[in-house]
Amino acid sequence: MEYVQEVLWILAKIVALILPLFGVVAYLTYAERKVLGWMHHRKGPNRIGFGGLLQPLADAGKMLMKEVMIPAQADKALFVLAPIMAFAPALAAWAVIPFGDGLVVADINVGLLYLLAMTSLGVYGFILAGWSANSKYSMLGAMRTGAQVVSYEIAMGFALVGVLMASGTMNLSDIVRAQEGPFWHWYWLPLFPIFLVYWIAAVAETNRAPFDVAEGESEIVAGYQVEYSGISFGIFFLAEYANMILIGALASVMFFGGWYSPFHGIPVIGPIFDLIPGPIWFIAKIAFFLFLYIWIRATFPRYRYDQIMRLGWKVLIPVTVVWLVVESIFVLTGFGPWF
Amino acid sequence: MQAIRNFFKTFLLWELLRGMMVTGRYLVRKKFTIEYPEEKAPQSHRFRGLHALRRYPNGEERCIACKLCEAVCPALAITIDSAPREDGTRRTTRYEIDLFKCIYCGFCEESCPVDSIVETRVHEYFMEQRGDNIFTKPQLLAMGDKYEQQIAADRAADAPYR
Repeated sequence: MEYVQEVLWILAKIVALILPLFGVVAYLTYAERKVLGWMHHRKGPNRIGFGGLLQPLADAGKMLMKEVMIPAQADKALFVLAPIMAFAPALAAWAVIPFGDGLVVADINVGLLYLLAMTSLGVYGFILAGWSANSKYSMLGAMRTGAQVVSYEIAMGFALVGVLMASGTMNLSDIVRAQEGPFWHWYWLPLFPIFLVYWIAAVAETNRAPFDVAEGESEIVAGYQVEYSGISFGIFFLAEYANMILIGALASVMFFGGWYSPFHGIPVIGPIFDLIPGPIWFIAKIAFFLFLYIWIRATFPRYRYDQIMRLGWKVLIPVTVVWLVVESIFVLTGFGPWF
Repeated sequence: MQAIRNFFKTFLLWELLRGMMVTGRYLVRKKFTIEYPEEKAPQSHRFRGLHALRRYPNGEERCIACKLCEAVCPALAITIDSAPREDGTRRTTRYEIDLFKCIYCGFCEESCPVDSIVETRVHEYFMEQRGDNIFTKPQLLAMGDKYEQQIAADRAADAPYR
């Protein structure tokens, strides 16, 4: 009986996490089109509902009603499975993200490893999608995605090692607790180069502009998802945006002090800002990173493929390695208020 | 010194930030999108849209079937047949414009000695069936009757420059 109760409680927590996430993913597409439009000096979608607010629902309805086509030469089982394999890890990774002090589905001690494992699993979905469709363009897109994600995974992993060294723990809640204090106590400042590397690698990990050669609409149409239609394409879309939100959350946990307010611990204004509950600060930080994603997409042209590889292997990885050495000296000497 | 500055500029992504400032400024700038069905861009009185055949104020049609417009039309979009009417005047029995061929150059209007064929400001029209693209004489006359006021006002506004 007790066992059933616990399972139900966990299920309730998962549903309470996943359902709002779907809504956020839907409205992230709306926000992206809107912000992108504003940055292009346009108005963005504004026809359906007040200011276009029902646009995501209309898009979802459209995708649900479209036919799901499976190419005759495709490996049907994998073709259907691939979108799910891309989407599921993006959702599963949320289990260890702490929304507030103690507000986490699974407070496990190897949270960081689990996250890395989950974000790496997503690439299987992309590769399988490209391979199972039995199409040149899909395959090229999948190869690009695979190579890119695997290369940037290394830089990203090294960046997270920096956080690990600074906080001395793999539990995400403890990493946030180690950053307790006002915003200059968060890890973005002492680990600034690593923070930049992490963010660049994160943008590349999620295949977003300017690293979106995997999609490359002007070269290979839509990369690995070219043969997908209807809701199976929609799920890839969801996966991309769910990954963006996840990476934004990860960045806030690792470098932006999770649920702490930016003025936590300052004598007078600190307690006032602490009145706003932690999850709201956390969501605000995620929103900031998501905005940054869209801002970057609106600003920069797409990298050439060899430039991506050069940046990943010859710039980002050396920078992280050098800073890891510097950081270990900091940690050993107890530099500043951080270590 | 310059080298050190460049080093920091590279690693602090200075140029990228400046690029983002540009898009950031556009984000907050006022948009001048015209939301088409509700708002429309201003139109010149010389706008060349759908054609019309005009009448004199007494109701007599202006066209005298001189076929100058047919001759000048660079796209060969105009087809005219003519015959004497009961009162002995020469009139068109058929005056058709193929809207698919027409390039809306306005030569027909310029060549017309009696200001009969004109191009109105109407540019929002469509065809539902094959064959609807042939604009016949009754349709052209109806257009002229419907928009006579605006057509006359536009010609008057342009008169000093002709």
